[in-house]
Amino acid sequence: MVTLNHFLILSGVLFAIGTVGVFLRRNLITILLSIEIMLNAVNLTFVATGRYVGTVDGQIITFFVMTVAAAEAAVGLALVIALFRHRETLSPDAFTSLKW
Amino acid sequence: MEMNQLPFFLFAAIAVLASLGVVGQRNPMHSVLLLIVSFGALAGLYVLLDAPFSAVTQIIVYAGAIMVLFLFVVMLLNAHTEDDSPGARREPWVYRAFVVVSLLLGLEVAWALSGLGLASFSTDPGTVSSISSVATIGVALFTKHSFAFEVTSILILVSMVGAVVIARKEP
Repeated sequence: MVTLNHFLILSGVLFAIGTVGVFLRRNLITILLSIEIMLNAVNLTFVATGRYVGTVDGQIITFFVMTVAAAEAAVGLALVIALFRHRETLSPDAFTSLKW
Repeated sequence: MEMNQLPFFLFAAIAVLASLGVVGQRNPMHSVLLLIVSFGALAGLYVLLDAPFSAVTQIIVYAGAIMVLFLFVVMLLNAHTEDDSPGARREPWVYRAFVVVSLLLGLEVAWALSGLGLASFSTDPGTVSSISSVATIGVALFTKHSFAFEVTSILILVSMVGAVVIARKEP
């Protein structure tokens, strides 16, 4: 029997993996991918809790999170392209100054 | 629907291993492809949770649209590997503080989950068919949540214009 706890623990593990990726990786694209992992972990929590409560609201919030993730990916990747044009690298350590 | 253990653990293992691969890879192309695998496993978990609409949206929007956007950018920038230059070294106490804070957060989560107990999902057929139907989701989306739905269109418009302006070549 799979309980709500199984899904909550799985989503906590996925969220932790995403957080570790954001802190440890030195590649802007991988950092954006780790943020997507974190968003998906939260989506899983919403769907599992919605199933537990017995309403459809969890799935609707998931729908909105997906929309926000699409917008975030578009703007974030545009920023990555603009930064890459300036510095020819994807390492976040190269972008420590506000002005160049 | 009685929830089986085997599919849950199968999909959970695929999701966790693929996510670990995403974080552990040095080649961004492999990371993106592994993330698609992870999203597929999550879609399977949504099916187990009687949420077929979320599962299909996950495949079409996430694995189909967003990840293709990432793939295009990885190919466009042609950055196959991460820079080997050492990053900014931090003091040892920073790492120790990270470990302590993570352990405290883990303990807090374990404490919260133990308070929840073994909360099993309801198997009432009426509830299950109501939350798994796309019609119910559509009605709730266009009545109860119609304001948020309309605001989303503004968000997408703004992000579309913003992406074009930011990524434009400067004249």
